[in-house]
Amino acid sequence: MYTQALNTSDGDDRHVEDATRSAQFQARIDADERIEPNDWMPAAYRKTLTRQISQHAHSEIVGMLPEGNWITRAPSLRRKAALLAKVQDECGHGLYLYAAAETLGTSREEMVDAMLTGKSRYSSIFNYPTLTWADIGAIGWLVDGAAIMNQIPLCRCSYGPYARAMIRVCKEESFHQRQGFEIMLTLARGTPEQKAMAQNALDRWWWPVLMMFGPPDQASQHSDTSTKWKIKRFSNDELRQKFIDATVPQAQFLGLTIPDPGMTQDAEGHWRYSEIDWTEFKQVLAGNGPCNRDRLAARRKAHDDGAWVREAAAAYAAKRANRPVAQAAE
Amino acid sequence: MTAASIQVSEPPLVLYTLRRADDALILGHRLSEWCGHAPAMEEDMALANMGLDLIGQARELYIYAAKVEGKGNDEDKFAYLRDVRQYRNLLLVEQPNGDFARTMTRQFFYAVFADLYWRAMMMSRDATLAAIAAKAEKEFAYHVRHSSEWMIRLGDGTDESHRRVQIAADDLWAFTGEMFVVDDAERGLIDAGIAVDPASLRPRWLKTISEVLSEATLTIPQNDWMQKGGRIGHHTEHLGHLLSELQSLQRSFPGATW
Ligand SMILES: [Fe+2]
Ligand SMILES: [Fe+2]
Ligand SMILES: [Fe+2]
Repeated sequence: MYTQALNTSDGDDRHVEDATRSAQFQARIDADERIEPNDWMPAAYRKTLTRQISQHAHSEIVGMLPEGNWITRAPSLRRKAALLAKVQDECGHGLYLYAAAETLGTSREEMVDAMLTGKSRYSSIFNYPTLTWADIGAIGWLVDGAAIMNQIPLCRCSYGPYARAMIRVCKEESFHQRQGFEIMLTLARGTPEQKAMAQNALDRWWWPVLMMFGPPDQASQHSDTSTKWKIKRFSNDELRQKFIDATVPQAQFLGLTIPDPGMTQDAEGHWRYSEIDWTEFKQVLAGNGPCNRDRLAARRKAHDDGAWVREAAAAYAAKRANRPVAQAAE
Repeated sequence: MTAASIQVSEPPLVLYTLRRADDALILGHRLSEWCGHAPAMEEDMALANMGLDLIGQARELYIYAAKVEGKGNDEDKFAYLRDVRQYRNLLLVEQPNGDFARTMTRQFFYAVFADLYWRAMMMSRDATLAAIAAKAEKEFAYHVRHSSEWMIRLGDGTDESHRRVQIAADDLWAFTGEMFVVDDAERGLIDAGIAVDPASLRPRWLKTISEVLSEATLTIPQNDWMQKGGRIGHHTEHLGHLLSELQSLQRSFPGATW
């Protein structure tokens, strides 16, 4: 879901491959055929997809942390159950995506290690903190909303397992988006303090959410092969514009103000937004966001603290597997 | 400004229902603390599943308690606006998560009891409680399966996991007796066929516990001294901290709707 900002297909280091096979592969893509795990594919296609799907999976898992921060403080039992179920869904998305990426030949363990050691990225949006309950509304409404914009086209991605994963994931993300909007609506119609809380969450999340779509088109040189392979079907700016056009009326309905005083509607009805602060984006990507260190530390701690449990499960499974053999040898 | 605690009148059926609701909420809350931090993603899923079952049970029981009480309280007022002395849960379920072995041991001790308890409660003469029981029993059957499997894996896994899970069992054992205690408030409900006598379930509970611990190569704790007090609001120090977190928003913004 949170992959747009991360696309870096390796247009340059593609291996020289059999020209006939490459041509046949491209012909299948052009004919909108799905590529399946056992089909021949260029090494660069495999590498690009492994990177994109695993980064998407990491994002689902790291994304559990900012929202998980409010499960124990959710303000009603209904909200508590809904939030716990939502964060559980994100974990399910992570598992589902790791499984899709594994069909390309890299194990989940390797992918997770790459994330924990900082070699593989997750979406920068999760490097921002959730300060109030309204952030849970804002994340559902805006972050899941942006994720859906990115992911709907991926449901037609040329790689079968990824496309199928996205179809299932998208259904749940739209449910999350509606749930987040409903939290915002309740706050916006609530006490003055609650409304201020909602406005403040929108103020803090708006620009980082726009950055989820990745650098502006003129600055990203990497989308060509992804487009050719039908992994990517819309440019970053196209998706960003779609998202903004869909979101502005929702903010108006909530009675909240988008923190962009320069925003105007053009003759065709598109909302024109002000310059995005790409310096901030680059800093967060480089590890300098407000929560980068906390997020990685939390994932590493869970991994390290859980090592003895995984070792125990493996040891027990090995004992069980050896038992009939040991008996037979007696 | 903070929201004050509500007054609750506790005739036997209300008290009875609140006790079970509090068990479910507090244990569900504990399990939800794991979310995003479990030893494996599959366990994040499983712990959240069990937490969701418990929070769902708590909600149904609070709604029923509110209806029986008839004083305008509701599920959220019960959960968010009672202080530590008004909470009626077992001491076992409020014990901190600790490591994964401790969480699973707590789940195992409780789920084996709850599964037997709610299965018996399906025969309750109170139709609402019988319906809640039918759903809860199915859910606890899974909790028993999941936690038993982990008790065996951890007990018979590595030296380290064996050591940790044995310590957890030893430490939590003293909190298991309270599950089987009956006081005057519940005696009448038992006699009326509305509640079941938990003491009658102890032999079967002990049998399952012994079988699983033995397969797990673990020792049944020998300490027979049992702690109690949760049912009358005499809790361990842990519950206050849990509630201060759980109730923070409702307490800080009196009267707001979320
Ligand atoms: Fe996603
Ligand atoms: Fe997701
Ligand atoms: Fe989501």
